[in-house]
Amino acid sequence: MKVRSTLVTLVALVAASALAGCAPPEEDDNEPTPGGVDAKTATSAEDFGGMDELVKAAQEEGELNVIALPPDWANYGTIISTFEDKYDIKVNSDQPDAASQDEINAANQLKGTDRAPDVFDLGQSVALANTDLFAPYKVETFDEIPDEFKDPDGTWVNDYGGFMSVGYDSEVVPEVTSLDDLLGPDFKGKVALNGDPTAAGAAFSGVVMASIANGGSVDDIAPGVEYFKKLKDAGNFLPVDPTSATIQSGQTPVVIDWDYLNAAETANIPSWKVFVPEEAAVAGYYFQAINADAPHPAAARLWQEFLYSDEGQNLWLAGGARPVRADAMVEAGTIDQDLYDALPEVAGTPVIPTNEQTEVMAAYLAENWAKAVG
Amino acid sequence: MAATSAAPPPAPTGRRFSVGPSVGLLPFLVYLSIFLLVPTITVLVGAFQDDQGGFSLQKIGKLNDELPLHVLRESLLLSFISAAVGAVLGALLAYLIVTAPPTSVLRRVVTAVCGVLAQFGGVTLAFAWIATLGFGGLLTKVLADTLGTDPNGISELYELPGLVLVYTYFQIPLMVIVFLPALEGLRPQWREAAVNLGATTWQYWTQVAFPLLRPAFLGSMLLLFANAFAAYATAAALVSQGSPILPLLIRNSLTSEIVLGEQNFAYALALEMVVVVAIVMSLYAWLLKRTSRWLS
Amino acid sequence: MSGSTVWRIVRWLLLLLFAAFFAIPLLALLNFSTKDTVTDGRTLAAWQALTQDPTMTDAIITSLLLALLTVVGMVVLLVPTMIWVRLRVPGATRMIEFLCLLPLTIPALVIVVGLTNVYAWVNYLVGDSALTLAFVYVVLVLPYAYRAIDSSLSSLDAMTLAEAARSLGASWFTVITRVILPNLWPGVLGGAFIAVALVLGEYTISSLTHYNTLPVVIVQISKADAPQSMAAALASLLFAAILLVGLSFLDRRRRTTTGRS
Repeated sequence: MKVRSTLVTLVALVAASALAGCAPPEEDDNEPTPGGVDAKTATSAEDFGGMDELVKAAQEEGELNVIALPPDWANYGTIISTFEDKYDIKVNSDQPDAASQDEINAANQLKGTDRAPDVFDLGQSVALANTDLFAPYKVETFDEIPDEFKDPDGTWVNDYGGFMSVGYDSEVVPEVTSLDDLLGPDFKGKVALNGDPTAAGAAFSGVVMASIANGGSVDDIAPGVEYFKKLKDAGNFLPVDPTSATIQSGQTPVVIDWDYLNAAETANIPSWKVFVPEEAAVAGYYFQAINADAPHPAAARLWQEFLYSDEGQNLWLAGGARPVRADAMVEAGTIDQDLYDALPEVAGTPVIPTNEQTEVMAAYLAENWAKAVG
Repeated sequence: MAATSAAPPPAPTGRRFSVGPSVGLLPFLVYLSIFLLVPTITVLVGAFQDDQGGFSLQKIGKLNDELPLHVLRESLLLSFISAAVGAVLGALLAYLIVTAPPTSVLRRVVTAVCGVLAQFGGVTLAFAWIATLGFGGLLTKVLADTLGTDPNGISELYELPGLVLVYTYFQIPLMVIVFLPALEGLRPQWREAAVNLGATTWQYWTQVAFPLLRPAFLGSMLLLFANAFAAYATAAALVSQGSPILPLLIRNSLTSEIVLGEQNFAYALALEMVVVVAIVMSLYAWLLKRTSRWLS
Repeated sequence: MSGSTVWRIVRWLLLLLFAAFFAIPLLALLNFSTKDTVTDGRTLAAWQALTQDPTMTDAIITSLLLALLTVVGMVVLLVPTMIWVRLRVPGATRMIEFLCLLPLTIPALVIVVGLTNVYAWVNYLVGDSALTLAFVYVVLVLPYAYRAIDSSLSSLDAMTLAEAARSLGASWFTVITRVILPNLWPGVLGGAFIAVALVLGEYTISSLTHYNTLPVVIVQISKADAPQSMAAALASLLFAAILLVGLSFLDRRRRTTTGRS
């Protein structure tokens, strides 16, 4: 009797556990657009029957889910609101402070729901590791994008990029002409890095920049780690996450971050200057992709079209980032020349680590960063 | 935390155990198994899988690498220091209020405040200390003037020393809550008896009270240790550079965009965490049994 | 005697030191949240923003609703189970006690790491909202709720009450809800208050499942608007403090009414 009750209990428990342990059935709502087009598999605007049809299909869906797009990052705030106003589509901006891996995690976790992200804006490593989650799509201006900045099928396309830089308040610290300046006594407790290099792409590129400036290369990040160790030992390294607020309050007078993010601060602090070392011009482009399981596939594709149109690219330029179609737009004269000329001076050859090089450096960093800075 | 003694067996209607009564427990058991046991088992199983999903000890082996070991050491150190300091100071505070009657204002205020600070999550406390010692903090200027620290805020707050300070801040109240019952169990009659037999205060404490209190004290310290070891919120709110302790390494393995494919390693780290906490809690349970013999 | 006066002075001195240690960071929160960085004076702007910033108000409402749902879940799940165990399956006491204290041994971080599949089911069946966190929070709250209800239950003679009610023809449901439960309410209330405090401060699970509860938003906003997040932190702490102080008053009533010293 007691045995029977125990057995009943156990069976129920096992059943419940087994059920909970497996993944639930996926929600399948593949509704074709009014024009009879399956938006999920469309690979270009022609598949919709032209741009106007695409716009109509997107407006039918009415919403777009984006993730990890801070409003003050490369002018995303204005880009989102411009898109909303232009096409009358509501943009749900989730988790603006999330990192690239969080975007993928969210896509997996929310798969099949209405909240899943429609589009991604990812760092290099995460993008190239998760291409099976993306839907290929070629925007109208696809051919104008240089080959090295896109996947031939349009599975991913670089959207904007910048150079690693040192932003500093020229009223608080002396002018910075090389990275070694930051090791001096004027910079005590003032130098902040945007994030943890073992976790965030911007910080990682910052260490790469330090490495190349100190004799390293894209295959060897050890000098970079050494540099930060010296910075820490000198008492100059500030383990605080710099944000617009900390820069304005004066808590982080020197910030190592992408040049477009640093350039945006000049609007808040007129004395904020941006310096890109000539001998270490580390460039980084972000990767734009469409979620293959996007809840709003037409809106996602319209978003891409918008971002790669002249309007979208110029909006990124307004945020201080270098749009990927910059060369083609300069030739065609559609670029905003004033903004383009206002970009920080970059002498020297740009350096972009490949995925393999990044992996090798990341492994070294994971082992040694905590020891150097912790 | 006195255990309930088993009630006498015969049920009111004279029937013995049958399927009926036990089934009443089913909803609770099913709920618990779904929301507690399944995640734990997922972690246990995932720790023994490699990236392709097959059985492998690779991730467990990775726990022996330099970084995870370093992080484990730091976590253990942090937990031990905050538990030790918290235990001593908490026991002291508990002693200071135990002599007051239970309904006195002092006792009730202290117990209530300790209740809040012990139960309330780490985010608030982390920010409280940032508001004290960080940029623009209450004490920042004072300390800069007197001790010559950085007037822009004490940057160690965002590293391991800061964690020790903030952890101690909620360990002391937890100690008070957990240790107070044991102190209450110290009967005044024992002290009177000792005095009658000619003992001095010192002798009473070292030969009667401390030995009686030792299991409770050690047990409470273990509870504090487990509490610190498993804590995540405070560190997540305070530390942004590096993963100095185990919970932050777990977070990094799950969300890093630089070092990829570490999800299963996160499971292995979580398993490590559960094992340590389980060991500590078993010791605590054993010590608790010894305590209840005299002090309940 | 001078010995005891010295001790009295020392005692009060030490208590004062402790009070200072605990009060200073809380005062610092108040200080920071009312600072006006531009004029170096005092301002209530951050506190006002608590009711005006939509992200913050959404988070406050979410957290309060979660607290409510967790308490309801705790009452519906745990209380009948404990009463049932006490009355009908006393042999299961040890097992239930062990299970209820298990969440103390399995850190919240571990639970959330292994929660993915379970949560996929929850989202599929119930929909996707921060309020689904209540399911997990009930588990986190179990140890504290168990202790509170257990001490209340032990002070009752539940068996006799139940027998009396049954002999008068009451069903088990009536026994639980109308006979035992009303006598348990101090313990249930105690557990409820602790549950609220815990849910209002819970960060681990909500941040790693990416829901915007109050602590998550406090951390998010701290990057953009530090005074506001300090104000929110202090406000939630004070709210929980008021609840728990209220609990201690209830405790005193219970002590005097049941005659325990």
